[in-house]
Amino acid sequence: MLRAALKSLLGRKVRLLMSTFAIVLGVAFVAGTLVFSDTLNRSFTALFASTVGDVVVRPEGAVNPMGDLSTLTVPAEVAADLERVDGAARVDGNVNATNVVVLDEDDKVVGGFGPPSLGSNWTGAPAGHGLEGLVMTEGRVPDGPEEVALDAGTAEKAGYVVGDTVTLNTAGATATLEPTLVGIADFREGGSLNGATLTIFDTATAQELFLDGADAYSDLWVTAEDGVSQEELRDRVEAELPDGLEAVTGDDAADEAASDLLEAISFLTTFLLIFAGIALVVGAFLIVNTFSILVAQRSRELALLRALGASKRQVLGSVQLEALVLGLLGATLGLGLGVLLAIGLRAVFAQVGLDLSGQSLIFAPRTVLAAYAIGVLVTMAAALLPALRTTRIAPVQALRDDVVLPESSIQRRLQVGVVLVLAGLVSLFAGLGDVVEVPHGGWFVGAGVLAILLGVAAASPVISRPFLVLARVTFARLFGTVGNLAGQNSLRNPRRTTATASALMIGLTLACTMAIVGDSAKASVDKSIEDNFVGDYVVSNVVAGSFSPEVAERMRAVDGVVQVVRQRYTGGTIDGEPQGVVGIDADGAEFLELTAAAGDVTALREGTVLLQETYADDEDLQVGDDLEIEMPAGDQRWEVVGIYEDNPVLFFPIVTTVDTLLATGAQDKDNALIIDVDPASPGVGDRLEEAIADLPIVTVKDQAEFAEEQRAPIDQFVLLIFALLALALVIAVLGIVNTLALSVIERTREVGLLRAIGLSRRQLRWMITLESVVIAVLGAVLGVLLGTFFGIVLMYALRDEGLEVISVPTGQLAVFLALSVLIGVLAAVLPARRAARLDVLRAIATE
Amino acid sequence: MTEIACQVRGLTKTYGTGQAVVRALDDVTLDLLAGEFTAVMGPSGSGKSTLMHCLAALDTATSGQVLVGEQDLTTLDDKALTRLRRDEIGFVFQSFNLVPTLSAEENILLPLAIAGRKPDREWYDAVVDTVGIGDRLRHKPSELSGGQQQRVAVARALVSRPRIVFADEPTGNLDSRSGAEVLDLLRRSADQGQTIVMVTHDPVAASYTDRVVFLADGQVVSELREPTREQVLEVMAGMAG
Repeated sequence: MLRAALKSLLGRKVRLLMSTFAIVLGVAFVAGTLVFSDTLNRSFTALFASTVGDVVVRPEGAVNPMGDLSTLTVPAEVAADLERVDGAARVDGNVNATNVVVLDEDDKVVGGFGPPSLGSNWTGAPAGHGLEGLVMTEGRVPDGPEEVALDAGTAEKAGYVVGDTVTLNTAGATATLEPTLVGIADFREGGSLNGATLTIFDTATAQELFLDGADAYSDLWVTAEDGVSQEELRDRVEAELPDGLEAVTGDDAADEAASDLLEAISFLTTFLLIFAGIALVVGAFLIVNTFSILVAQRSRELALLRALGASKRQVLGSVQLEALVLGLLGATLGLGLGVLLAIGLRAVFAQVGLDLSGQSLIFAPRTVLAAYAIGVLVTMAAALLPALRTTRIAPVQALRDDVVLPESSIQRRLQVGVVLVLAGLVSLFAGLGDVVEVPHGGWFVGAGVLAILLGVAAASPVISRPFLVLARVTFARLFGTVGNLAGQNSLRNPRRTTATASALMIGLTLACTMAIVGDSAKASVDKSIEDNFVGDYVVSNVVAGSFSPEVAERMRAVDGVVQVVRQRYTGGTIDGEPQGVVGIDADGAEFLELTAAAGDVTALREGTVLLQETYADDEDLQVGDDLEIEMPAGDQRWEVVGIYEDNPVLFFPIVTTVDTLLATGAQDKDNALIIDVDPASPGVGDRLEEAIADLPIVTVKDQAEFAEEQRAPIDQFVLLIFALLALALVIAVLGIVNTLALSVIERTREVGLLRAIGLSRRQLRWMITLESVVIAVLGAVLGVLLGTFFGIVLMYALRDEGLEVISVPTGQLAVFLALSVLIGVLAAVLPARRAARLDVLRAIATE
Repeated sequence: MTEIACQVRGLTKTYGTGQAVVRALDDVTLDLLAGEFTAVMGPSGSGKSTLMHCLAALDTATSGQVLVGEQDLTTLDDKALTRLRRDEIGFVFQSFNLVPTLSAEENILLPLAIAGRKPDREWYDAVVDTVGIGDRLRHKPSELSGGQQQRVAVARALVSRPRIVFADEPTGNLDSRSGAEVLDLLRRSADQGQTIVMVTHDPVAASYTDRVVFLADGQVVSELREPTREQVLEVMAGMAG
């Protein structure tokens, strides 16, 4: 029995390999994701170890909620004091800044707009554990305000060599710097800036530029003497520190930095795992289908085995054994492909600056176990249904000419489908919180979507019948006999046709859902901007940060400008929690057209605040109360003069004046300018552009451009999802190829007959292509309908989250449908060619 | 009525090369007259099926000529051969003659539909009437008996008024009564002027024909006109000896 099963497996290797493909892909995604994240986890601490000292001394809460460094500093005398600590070899003060943007010779921003642009001073301090840290690999250390060094990666990307004049944009008091490049720094013992650019100044220049000339540091590195551990040194340093400063070991600081990055990347791994799941579900469909067809084709052979004395169990076992071998094969190939995927991911990450090439891939036993468990279980579970059907083959059927394999009645399929869809609907709405409140709503939504998809797939032989009949009639009318034959073929075995279409349906359902979510999100952004955009132009920093106050001065001087309202974001601490604060010009409240919920929103002046309505309610603050907030310069009490209705233009719920922020220690830089111009002044937009022509990181946008910019991340997100869904479509195409190829084999004699009585090769190819198109379009129609339903339901559930507009991108959905025709045509190429190549004589003679 | 429907000149078909070469047909020369019902007989391996396949544009000869009407089959490419099969030739196979998804009527009209030709309504009615399946035209093949399926196949072969109808053991899978009905049908068609070539090893079937050509080892070895079952058996017995 074992031998018979293996023999039959070998005899069908090509067909089986094709159905394994989905398993291979699914397993590859799982394995690749696991290998990559294991490698990341292991290497991150090592990666960051050379970017921090043994002990780091920094102000508590040094990073504000905007991610900008605050003006909190460590005074220079603390550094001097710490040098006397027992076990401290040396103490170095660092000055760190963000938004020091390097421009190449064409004034393009180096490194794009993703990774941060860092600036710092040069100390030459070694990194923790005696690691070398950043060293000057070329040239010399910068000295004086006219000199800088760059990290090697940035210099290479910008094409700068030592001696060149470098153009920098900064958010400091001077917007543009043009120093000379005197040195290039790099990590020689491993270490990475993760794609960030780094510009290095001498300490005095860095303090002048970023700390308003104060003799202070952003943080200190304390280097341990030999034999002193990081923990010991930290405890000794800690004991000497004044209030407001903290000491952490380099290892802890590295872990912090690593876990921040890991968190950003875990989003990606979750994503990949979800797509692994989709690939496996779609793959399971293909396996059910392939095994169903194979079992049907072999029913006579199986009946013969039964007639020769094989038990039901043995027949069932032989089919399951095939599935087992196939699962093992798929898992092995998937594992291999997964490693390649991990290598590919590593290469992609190296491109964006996270170079892990020094780290070998980590191949944990868990990865192997997961790959085989998933590959084998999914394949065997999928093969179980068709395998169980074999047990209903009676031995006597071996003697009959035409064996018809018993199949579950179509009515039964409809019942199962309806039950699944209903259960799915309940789970979906429960997950969305519309029926009952359940914990972990996301799981309920996912399970509901899956149940509905499976339910529709189960019921599709019944519900698709009208479509298939319509397709036959249409094809017969459009393409004559060939169309009629193709339509009849797709009706011949509706289970097979619809099961094949289901694979495509799943992929397209998800694609349509995402298209609707993306389009609705964009429409919501547009609406929000339309409702709240005031003024004629917005000036902002495309690197998503702040810019020099000089820009506002330049704008005010432009002919035709009526008013410029500055907006800046900074952070304070309320009850120990970091809290973002918006600063605007005092006369800006009126300009922003804030709607008062209480008090007077135009009464904003120094030392007072306006609060967002939701925030004021949450914190139980009224007009006339004082808001207590800890700012860099110390504790403040700001009087609440007005409460405004929620407005998305204001980033944080606390609004005060620019002067108030300046007086309490915030850095003097702006995050946005809102500009009102005189409509009678022609060409004012061009003059605004001209005023900042030397600052490519700062842009002027009107409402349409601003909306465009806000929509861009959504577009990118949707694009990423489409790219991954394309894989599901590839699997679906393979499914169609597989089904058609098996059908052609099954109908070899019929093909021979048709050819014998005069059907040309071209007509035959046409017939199979049309059959394929029916399958693809059926899958697409079901997918688009379901996807539209899921998309609308999802957006409806999210209506309270600021996504109030539901928009269905009909153009995009039409493209999906058109695409499905193409998919059908492509999927038919190989099976059609195979059929056309059949030798007529042999085809007729086939048993 | 001495028009020649099909001329065979020096037809040779070999399989394999060198030592292993097999001559399935060895210099066969034969004329098939229009309106004649010819049986091709011979033991297994005599080349009778190969001969029919070559005549019917299903297989290509190694050397020699096959002329169907004016056209020399050995010079035609696949496209032209397909067209020839479609327009000039009708087929009846031993089994699996019909497309299972189409009704009897659609099956009969299939060659015309493939060619994009309009059926001659009068001729179609006459054919259906002769074949005697007028009440089952809307049925699918699976709903017809074996004999009925073969008669539908004959109707399909006749409906395009081909130059020649080839039948490959058309009664091989039928009981004797159904077989007799099919042979009767072929006989009547021949009487109305249809050229028919039938491969068979059944002497009873051969007795329905005008002429029997006997093949052995790829060569024409004997021929009978207006054969009876007994004559056929006699020749076959002689060949076996």
